[in-house]
Amino acid sequence: MLVNQIAVFLENRSGRIAEFAKVLKNANINIQAMSIADTEEYGILRAITDNNALAIETLRANGFNTAATDLLGFEVPDKPGEMHRVLSLLDEAKINIGYLYSFSRTSKKSAIILIKVDDNDKTEKLLTDNGINLVSKDII
Amino acid sequence: MYYNQKLECLTADEKRELQSQRLVALVSKVYNNVPYYRAKMQAAGVSTSDIKSIDDIVKLPFTTKQDLRDNYPFGMFAVPKSEIIRVHASSGTTGKLTVVGYTKNDINVWAECCARALVAAGADINSTVHVAYGYGLFTGGLGMHYGGELMGATVVPVSSGNTARQIMLMKDFQADIICCTPSYAIYLADEMAKQGFTPEDFNLKAGIFGAEPWTNEMRDEIEAKLKIKAYDIYGLSEISGPGVAAECAYQTGSHIYDDHFYPEIVGEDTLMPVPYGEKGELVFTTLTKEGIPLIRYRTRDITMLDNSPCPCGRTGLRISRIKGRSDDMLIIRGVNIFPSQIESVLMSSDKRISPHYHINIDRINNLDIMEIEIELDSSVAFDEIKTIEEVKRKLAADIASAIGVYANIKLVSCGSIARSEGKAKRVTDKRVL
Repeated sequence: MLVNQIAVFLENRSGRIAEFAKVLKNANINIQAMSIADTEEYGILRAITDNNALAIETLRANGFNTAATDLLGFEVPDKPGEMHRVLSLLDEAKINIGYLYSFSRTSKKSAIILIKVDDNDKTEKLLTDNGINLVSKDII
Repeated sequence: MYYNQKLECLTADEKRELQSQRLVALVSKVYNNVPYYRAKMQAAGVSTSDIKSIDDIVKLPFTTKQDLRDNYPFGMFAVPKSEIIRVHASSGTTGKLTVVGYTKNDINVWAECCARALVAAGADINSTVHVAYGYGLFTGGLGMHYGGELMGATVVPVSSGNTARQIMLMKDFQADIICCTPSYAIYLADEMAKQGFTPEDFNLKAGIFGAEPWTNEMRDEIEAKLKIKAYDIYGLSEISGPGVAAECAYQTGSHIYDDHFYPEIVGEDTLMPVPYGEKGELVFTTLTKEGIPLIRYRTRDITMLDNSPCPCGRTGLRISRIKGRSDDMLIIRGVNIFPSQIESVLMSSDKRISPHYHINIDRINNLDIMEIEIELDSSVAFDEIKTIEEVKRKLAADIASAIGVYANIKLVSCGSIARSEGKAKRVTDKRVL
């Protein structure tokens, strides 16, 4: 059970992220989570929206290089030490993390950790065995 | 000083006679030995008996780089393979190289022409010639090497690269003549200064610079920084290599060694010969070449011919500095590059990129820098930076292996490179040449 996200290639020029947001606004798409990795030359924007398929179609039509990718999502209690618990487990199991982003949901007093790893199956088993719940796109 | 005073200072009549004899013999030889030339002459309705003197050269069809490509690799050689003792190659317009073959006599003629250039720049048997052109398929290194040996100087075959070692050897061996590209000469001078050397630490007196276009401003800079006299040399591998033409001490153009290489300037559009002093495309006929004789070969270099007397006494016609190209060839760090070579790599290297690209060239710290912007295919995006970096590394390696020059790769969004309606403008060259 994987969470689907969109990845957008952004050249480093001013206003580019705002253009991205405007395209989604005009298509009435809601951004639920977002993170940006940047280098000197370009950035990668990763986001989860309420309609990834439409987001990709609309962004591509507006000249954004966009693709769907999958990653694992886990729900943990929104309290100190939870991130450390997850990362320690991954570290002990020698699972490599490509990137990670997280957000808390104050209404549910929980936090979602989205994580790109080199071995989805192993990670999923490890975390569920340790009582950490996997989330799907719908729950987000 | 001359290396071969008789041939470098022929009178007009003597030269005409020599060129005519050589052209008649050449045409008869290629007609009989090279099916390509025979077919081309027949198609143009020219027979060997139509060629009686050098004036008849205009009756002959042109030869182009495309002809060399069509006959790749050895189809235009005019002698049996047993007589070829060396090959060199330069960039072709696509994946294939432009190949030339030399007989023993061709190597000797070429060496003599380079020797003439060295002597014209003041070299003698006591000179030490530091050859920092690349050695290999590129003609620069071996051309000047053989020329230096022939005229009796001491040759240091250091080849290109490893600037720190170049500087050490130049200082320790006290070379008085250096041969390299003009941009590398400036780079070397700057590195010497950085290491705390002054021109007085060296024994350099003259430099022979070529393989890329340069300006009088660059000449001034090289001469000021290295305290030498800087000479221009012109050549191309198809004709022989360096030493097709070179400057004398008066530096009012490069004297063509036109006892071997007969020059014409033709209008860029008309392809008809133009008068002396008028700009056009430089065309050469290799009057004495045996391995791969070329008849009216279109160099694509834009320049003009000067037949006014030169105080040095040499009578070889002079070409002015190369003013540009009539095709899209680029010269980066002395290496000839066609955008089409890069395009072929992009078409085959990685399905995730599109064939839309733009080349930016600049000269930073006196080194040519090439950046290639490449559009990602419209459906492609990456969620990890390391994947993008892998794509860039692989493209850079594939392009370097195809063109011989490393380029910085910049991936850009699809649609961000301007589409043009006519001929695509693939290159922005910011170098001042």
